[in-house]
Formats: sequence, C-alpha cells, structure tokens
Amino acid sequence: MADTSWQPSAALAALERRAVLLAQLRAFFAARGVLELEVPLLGSAGVTDVHIENLVVAGAPEWYLQSSPEYFLKRFLARHTRAVYCLGKAFRAGERGRLHQPEFTLLEWYRPGWDEDALIAEVAELLVESGAGAGHCTLDYGTRFAAAVGIDPHAAPDAELRARAAAAAGDSGARWRDQPRGICLDLLFSSVVQPRLPPGVVFVTRYPACQAALARLERTPAGVVVARRFEVFVDGVELGNGYWELTDAEEQRRRFAEDVAQRAALGRPRRVPDQRLLAALDAGLPPCAGVALGVDRLLMGLLGAVHIREVLAFAEE
Amino acid sequence: MASYSTSEFRSGLKVMLDGDPCSILENEFVKPGKGQAFNRVRLRNLRSGRVWERTFKSGDTLEGADVVDVEMQYLYNDGEYWHFMQPESFEQYQADAAIVGDAAQWLREQDHCVVTLYNGHPLAVTPPNHVELEIVETDPGIRGDTATGGTKPARLVTGAVVKVPLFLNVGDVVRVDTRTGEYLNRARD
Repeated sequence: MADTSWQPSAALAALERRAVLLAQLRAFFAARGVLELEVPLLGSAGVTDVHIENLVVAGAPEWYLQSSPEYFLKRFLARHTRAVYCLGKAFRAGERGRLHQPEFTLLEWYRPGWDEDALIAEVAELLVESGAGAGHCTLDYGTRFAAAVGIDPHAAPDAELRARAAAAAGDSGARWRDQPRGICLDLLFSSVVQPRLPPGVVFVTRYPACQAALARLERTPAGVVVARRFEVFVDGVELGNGYWELTDAEEQRRRFAEDVAQRAALGRPRRVPDQRLLAALDAGLPPCAGVALGVDRLLMGLLGAVHIREVLAFAEE
Repeated sequence: MASYSTSEFRSGLKVMLDGDPCSILENEFVKPGKGQAFNRVRLRNLRSGRVWERTFKSGDTLEGADVVDVEMQYLYNDGEYWHFMQPESFEQYQADAAIVGDAAQWLREQDHCVVTLYNGHPLAVTPPNHVELEIVETDPGIRGDTATGGTKPARLVTGAVVKVPLFLNVGDVVRVDTRTGEYLNRARD
C-alpha cells in the first residue's frame, strides 16, 4: 500500500471548522475591544512550574520555546493597563497522548480590573459564541472533591491524602508514601473527581492553596486558605485554567523559589525564574484576571473528536 | 532485565508488577494542565490472567519481565503433567493443570501450540486460534438438515464440548475457534 504518512492528520472539514473557530475567537475579542498581541515563542527564560517542562533550544545561551504567553502578556500589562489576548502556539516537552501534543494552540487573555469570577462569565460567553455549549455551572473544588473522594482536600492530613491516592492509583501504597500533597490532589482530582463532573461546561473554583500556581490566596469566612483559581471543563475534558492574578512581587519570588526547590527534590531540570517578569511585578502589575484555553481541545469538543490529531493539520510526526 | 519508563510502555511489553509478570495492554497519558503527569495503564497479570488497572506518575519505571512465547509441540499428558517439546532443540517442558488451564480441552497429541515461558518455566499455554478436531460423541445427524440453524452439543476427541449443526455425525471433523469455543465449519479432508 502507498505511504500516506505525508498527508494532513485532520480531515478537511475539521480544518475548515478550525479556520472558522479562529475567526470566531478573534471576532469575539475585537467586539470587546481586547487587543491581540503577538509575543515571542522563543524566550531567554523558561518556567519554574514543577510539572511543566520547556522545550529547550540548544545554543549558548539556551532558548526556551514558551509554554504559554503568560510572562510576556504580564510584562505588557505592567506597562499598559489594557485588556489583551494572544492566540498562538505553546510548547510543552514530553506531553503526548489523546489530549496532548508537545506543540499546541493556546488562547490566553487578561482583563485588568476584573477578578476570576467576572472572567468566568466571559469564558462562558466565549464558549457559547463558539458553539461549545449553552449554559454552564460553577462548582466549588472543595465541595466537589469531598463529595467524590470523601475527604476534605484543604484540611485532610497528608497521610490520608496519600492513602486515598494510592487506592485510586490501584497501588499498594509503596509508590505514594512520600508524595507531596499537590501530586496526591492531582491524582485524586483527575481520576476520581474529574470523571464524575457533570456534562457540558463546568467551572471549578477555589483551588487548594498548594495548587495556587500564579493565583492569589484568600482566607474564606470559614478560615480556609484557598487559591483564587478556576478551571473550565467541557464534558469532563480540561479546557482552561484561570487566575485572579498574583501581583505581589515578593510572594511571586517566594513561589518561584519553592518551585526551584521542589524541582531539585524531584530531580527535574533546574530553571531560573524569569527576572524580567519579576522586574515587571516590581514595577507594578495592575490587578487583573487571566485565563488560558486549549484551542485544539475546544475544537475537539465542537467536532466530537476522540484524538487531538483529528483536529491538527499535521500532528507530531 | 532492563527497566522501562512509563513513556516506553507499549502494548505487549512484559513487565514485573507486585512480583508477577504482566503484559501491558493499554497506556493512556493523563495530565492536569498545571499538575503532575500520570500514565493510566491496563496490564494483564500473566500468572492469574486478570486485568489490572494502575496509575503511575509519568517517569516511574518497572522492571522488564523475562517472558517469551515459544511455539512447541504438545506430546502427551501423564495424568498429572502435560508435556511439551520445542521442535528445534527437542527440549521438553512440563506444565500442570493450573498452567495449562482451558487450553487442555483443545490440545491433541502432536499438535502445535504456544507455551509462554517465564524465567524459562511454562507460565501459560495458548492453543492455535483455530483447531480441527473429530467429533467422538453426539446425537445422530439429521440428514440433509443444513438450513434450519439448529444446534446440538458434540464432544470432540480432546474432550471439549461445542455446539454443532444438526447434520453432523460422530467421525466428522470440525473447525473450532478456541478463543470463543464456537464451531466455525466442517473441515474438508
């Protein structure tokens, strides 16, 4: 049989829908006066995120294919208080599977003066306008987690979280004895909570403090410290992640240092925090909310695709 | 044995898990955007035949298992053990009922089958997907009835009982799918 591996991965109809979707997204922001910004894909700094690996471009010095446009967009915001978005490629090493490609398309935007609850409403509007689903619900992480797993993700002792994670992983416990809280929460959320989310568009809000990433922390009236972070799921598939953004440069430095230490403990490559981002925070990032959505997955949902390669002109080869 | 990382887990790879040799069936990459990456893996325990589901952190490793499938000739059963021979080396192996399992009902002396060796010892026996065996016991055939679709039980020379069409008789040879135990057709000889 003739070799067909040179052909596009996606069917023509999927690529046509993709072109329509990209136009819809740009029209959505144009109508709202949000500025489209093109930022570099190559940066001189990578990310310290413990669970995100940059693709590194060899050379002296090394360059990093950006895992999201976040740091460039925040540097822009620190200079110009202006709603802004970026629709482009992002890169993450080692991520490949039904829902992952090392190179993918990300839509990220920031709203100065908004908090994440206001931004959730706009994400929902965008999903309606692009055809991904009418109506949505918003669920509290802690409540949902407690209902599905049976323990409080904010307060349960480490040992209990590890035991639950080991059980959910089908493991005797040996591999989970020393796992950090965050990894246990990731396992339990992705294998127990996420599969039981209602169908349609679902926002999950108020993440545990140890999963704050770049979100602000807040003490609830009940005295629990939660992250002002949300994730959006469509039919159980994670589509995006948003924050009421951390603007405190000192707190940001502390979190970067924590990342660096955790990377070292896990034997992952060393990454130097982005000093220009920190300088921008020192200069003053306006209060804002931001979110990033996976465009390939959004399109998968629109087309009922099972594998990400069904929506890419040319999937990873 | 070498060890394998989650990214190398492919269908058919043989690994050790909890002290038992297992064959990987499926490996799915799962990762929360900001969180730890996992591999959700389905494996068949080759000793028990049971399917396990395990979630590993991406990058975790498992030891490879010394498991090989070898084509052998089934020689005879001495009442306790089934004896097999590797045709090239004439090396013989014996396996008990726990290892031979359901394969026993399809094995006819001199026939070929696959013996799975673990550390050089039989772990499982797999008959060919299709076997041709003679009927040794069944109700008399209804002549000419090839169309009604009715079936009756028939005992084959190896002991297996399968449902066969009504027109077949003792002495007829039938082709059977050993994976389902279903009659396929009457063998022409």
